[in-house]
Amino acid sequence: MSEQKPQLARSWMAPLKALGRSVAVPLLAVATALLIGALLIIITDTTVIAAFGDGIGQGFKRAWEVISVAYGAFFFGAFGDMYHFTETLRIATPYIFAGLAVAVGFQGGLFNVGAEGQYFIGGLTSVFVGYSITGLPWFIHLPLALLAGAAGGALWAGIVGLLKAKTGAHEVINTIMMNYIAYRLAEFMLDVGGPMARPGYRPVSPEIQPSAYLPQFFPSDTTIRFNVGFFLALAAAVLIWWLLFKTTLGYEIRTVGQNPRAARYAGISVPRIIIITMALSGALAGLAAPMDILGVIHFMPNAFASGYGFDAIALALLGNSHPAGVVVASLLFGALRAGASNMQGVAKIPIDITSILQGLIIVFIAAPAIIRALYRFRGLEKGEGLITTRGWGQM
Amino acid sequence: MTTDTLLKQEVRKARIMGIIFLVFALGIVLLFLPGTTGANRTTFTLNMTRGEALTLPDLTFGTLPGLLIFATIAAFLGAWQLARGFRNHNAVLGAVVGLFVLAFLAWAARDKSMNITGMVQSTLLRAIPIVLAALSGIMCEKAGVVNIGIEGMMLSGAFLAALMGSVTQSQWGGLIAALIGGGLMAALLAVLAIKYKVSQVVAGTAINILATGITSYFSSRYLQTNAALNSPATFRPIAIPVLSKIPIIGPVFFNHSFVVYLTLILVVVIHVMLNYTRWGLRTRAVGEHPRAADTLGINVFKTRYINVILGGMVAGLGGAYLVLSSVARFDELMTAGKGFIGLAAMIFGNWAPFGALGSSLIFGFADSLQTKLAIMRVPIPSQFLLMAPYLVTMIVLAGVVGQSHAPAADGVPYEKE
Repeated sequence: MSEQKPQLARSWMAPLKALGRSVAVPLLAVATALLIGALLIIITDTTVIAAFGDGIGQGFKRAWEVISVAYGAFFFGAFGDMYHFTETLRIATPYIFAGLAVAVGFQGGLFNVGAEGQYFIGGLTSVFVGYSITGLPWFIHLPLALLAGAAGGALWAGIVGLLKAKTGAHEVINTIMMNYIAYRLAEFMLDVGGPMARPGYRPVSPEIQPSAYLPQFFPSDTTIRFNVGFFLALAAAVLIWWLLFKTTLGYEIRTVGQNPRAARYAGISVPRIIIITMALSGALAGLAAPMDILGVIHFMPNAFASGYGFDAIALALLGNSHPAGVVVASLLFGALRAGASNMQGVAKIPIDITSILQGLIIVFIAAPAIIRALYRFRGLEKGEGLITTRGWGQM
Repeated sequence: MTTDTLLKQEVRKARIMGIIFLVFALGIVLLFLPGTTGANRTTFTLNMTRGEALTLPDLTFGTLPGLLIFATIAAFLGAWQLARGFRNHNAVLGAVVGLFVLAFLAWAARDKSMNITGMVQSTLLRAIPIVLAALSGIMCEKAGVVNIGIEGMMLSGAFLAALMGSVTQSQWGGLIAALIGGGLMAALLAVLAIKYKVSQVVAGTAINILATGITSYFSSRYLQTNAALNSPATFRPIAIPVLSKIPIIGPVFFNHSFVVYLTLILVVVIHVMLNYTRWGLRTRAVGEHPRAADTLGINVFKTRYINVILGGMVAGLGGAYLVLSSVARFDELMTAGKGFIGLAAMIFGNWAPFGALGSSLIFGFADSLQTKLAIMRVPIPSQFLLMAPYLVTMIVLAGVVGQSHAPAADGVPYEKE
């Protein structure tokens, strides 16, 4: 009780100030990253360099023009109108699932580097159920296709969990190995003439049945690709939060994550929790793929969009392995990607600038001391920064 | 009680091992015997046409008897393991996997000829960037800093090697630039991990993403639009006099470019440095128990900074190899996961340089097999064959090698009291 007294004695402003400080770092991190991005755009623009040759004033004028065109396109691409705003949300949807997958792993002390492979397998199982079963009403077919994606991912990651639990084989190596196996499996399945390829000369799966489509949110406007998947992702985040922080299983997962030895002494079956955590993580990663397949493209191509695996690690880290944090981080990454793709179209800035911005944002949020030193303000004294994962998760 | 259970575990492990040997023997029979007839003959050639001193005769044998012999030996080893047990079962496992691979090659090359020396040579070459990535990891982790950012450091090295190798028109200019590039990225990791005590996994991930972004951005702004900036001078193979004339060994080891020799020397040097020098002892002390090291007057922070930056330079060398000794240009994302495979090789090799070399060779073999099989038109879908090395790694890791041991303070930021 005595420890609570100083808190009670604080003014009612204290929580507001704390809130301000905790929001300040992320906001300034994003702003600083955008500022550095602007500098990068300016110094790599030949017309700006040329204008500086004509005089300092000319140079700054041209630099301003270049930046306002580029960042105008960027912000328009992320939030400008209904189409672009919904694109941001649409792109964020699979990010949420993939980020949650890695976050659940971190909570359980497991480093799942294999979200990418689980995404591929989830895509295969989900698209298979999507195109091969016909004649079902949507309210059975759609959940079935989603479930298939989750099951595929869960199986793929569950194998790694099983190996870790039974033999101690390291999950980082095994998830990387499973990634490569997944690529090859997907390639085999979808290659021209493969078991899941459509007839013809394109290495893609058949179109899924309309009964397995994720319903469009604006059915009247077919240009908008936003679908109910986004709300499923939000629901999944709430569910995972509830599971992790309000149930016995979640408590066990977090205990094993924080101290497996203590967990064992507390009577928790550590191997069982490792397998469950890994499978749960895989199920979430496996659900990321149907968001793209059932929601947007309606088939699975051979060379599928990749890069989710590593983005997912970044999202989990940015979100501090907390479901709410992952959602916010995913929205941020969605906005960055949607904005940058518009910026590439309008201002011819390579879309790779998104990765630079993402990297900088992670650095600044992970090391708030840099931001505080730049803008000269005090931080929260304790409990700041990100959860650290334990090295290689020694058991 | 505990010794009893330990003994039981050992016995169980030995049994599983014997069963794995038998599975490999059975695999040879089930996978390769159907479709092989007595008329098939396999030819392994051993000569490279690069001027060895003497020409070895081709090795030709009946495919069917060959397969049967391989399967029998593997089965015998399995039976012996179950009945009596080998003392060093990891070595025997290596032999059994080797038999399986030989059987596979004999089957794939039936009624054709396959150049074994060429295969071994390309295995080594493809292992080089993976070894360098693994060595980079070892340098950092022995001092207690987890380096997830190897991929990004390699990529930065590769980019600068291409750019500066083109600008200076000298492979040495490219090489030095690559070392600096890898070192700078590592310095960023070091500052974040050591000074700001950012979680090392976070810092490494940030470096991967940053390096991907920066190299791709500058590549599409400059290298793709101006070919003169992406045509670096390259390292040519240097045949070592006399040694390169020895059959098999000559072409495999003594006819390579500078970076390959340097890599092999680095494996030995890092092994010796880590285990037999004062620097190595300090590094390991800092990685295992920084507090104790600090008490004894070792500067933990300085040791970590030096090791991480050196490790980054080794990763940069890996990037330089890809550009200056291999493809002679930079492509976006050209490291294609080699940094992560290197990380796996490091863990698989139990944080030891020679272990890392060994496990990198497995992945190098997988990689070289890929190109060989495409040419040989093997009737199994190539994708399944390409999965095999990853599967084997998982099996070996699970059944046999058991847990590998990271340095005790790996990934833990050090705080001075």
